[in-house]
Amino acid sequence: MQRNQMHRQIANLRKSLFDQGYLDEQFVQLEELQDNSNPNFVEEVVSLFYRDSARFLYSIDQALEKRPMDFSTLDSLMHHFKSSSTSIGAKKVKTECTHFRSHCNARNAEGCKRTFQQVKKEYTTLKKKLETYFQMSRQAGPIEVECRPRVLSPFQYLISRISYLALSFLNT
Amino acid sequence: MEINNLSCEPKELHVLAVDDSNIDRKVIQKLLQISSFKVTVVESGSRALQYLGLDGEQESDQFNDLKVNLIITDYSMPGMTGFELLKKIKNSSTLKEVPVVIMSSENSLTRIDKCLEEGAEEYLLKPVKLSDVRRLKDSILKSGPMNMDQIRTQKRKHKPDQLQILQTALDCHDQNMSPPTSPQQSQTKRARL
Repeated sequence: MQRNQMHRQIANLRKSLFDQGYLDEQFVQLEELQDNSNPNFVEEVVSLFYRDSARFLYSIDQALEKRPMDFSTLDSLMHHFKSSSTSIGAKKVKTECTHFRSHCNARNAEGCKRTFQQVKKEYTTLKKKLETYFQMSRQAGPIEVECRPRVLSPFQYLISRISYLALSFLNT
Repeated sequence: MEINNLSCEPKELHVLAVDDSNIDRKVIQKLLQISSFKVTVVESGSRALQYLGLDGEQESDQFNDLKVNLIITDYSMPGMTGFELLKKIKNSSTLKEVPVVIMSSENSLTRIDKCLEEGAEEYLLKPVKLSDVRRLKDSILKSGPMNMDQIRTQKRKHKPDQLQILQTALDCHDQNMSPPTSPQQSQTKRARL
């Protein structure tokens, strides 16, 4: 059945985001907060991140053009941006932020400019991957397995097992 | 009501969460709601003081109606830091008994020490996890209406190995500390006193 295939694809995409180091444990924490009452929580948080952080990136871009460079302001802006990235589990973005901050501490203007390009690159790459992931998830619809286990009555359980077996049979 | 009777949970615990970041506010609100807290979220220390009735205009009895059981605040905020907010709460006659938890992305012993000495209940390393919140809730429920000195003495007996330096610094305040026998996580996630 196409839906099962889609769910498998989504699961593979999700796994690759972790395997390739784009996401870390914090993303899983967000998923654990998602439930039927708030089924799009993760997507909401990620969307909020991209909306909210855009202005920080803009401010950093502006600050990098100033002469002399105000490392204190840059560090402060980056601290906030890094904090938000950490909150959504954006692992590679976070790493590049750390590099940026060490260049700030060393008052290395070239280093800051260079690493900021990397920050923006990782930020954009992750955005595209997550957009794809969320889009696919929405298309595929909700899956049987929820974040928190449901307790079924014996009758419900029996029906769910029969349905599952029937679907598996039809899928072959 | 028995302090030790954990099943005697009165009503929902009300927590005031303070964080200047949109994203962190959204996440902490969810973390707390899922852990069955009633949550009020504000974006700054000054808003928090306003809410608590400590904004200087009046130190009022309105607090009794709000009944905040816990305050959880980010450390690094523009304007008033979480540490400054902590000090103001602990200096208030009406609110000094309310446990205050500090959240921070900085794993700095100096900062942890400073906050705990000022009376913070706990120092949680960001990003805060569901397990941190659950543990915090248990801790608040167990503490009940005990005063802060009692809580501090009890919690100091359960520090992980990583805080040996902190322990030395705090030795002058408490003679009866016993270091734990086994190390916990490789990172100092939080300071438990």
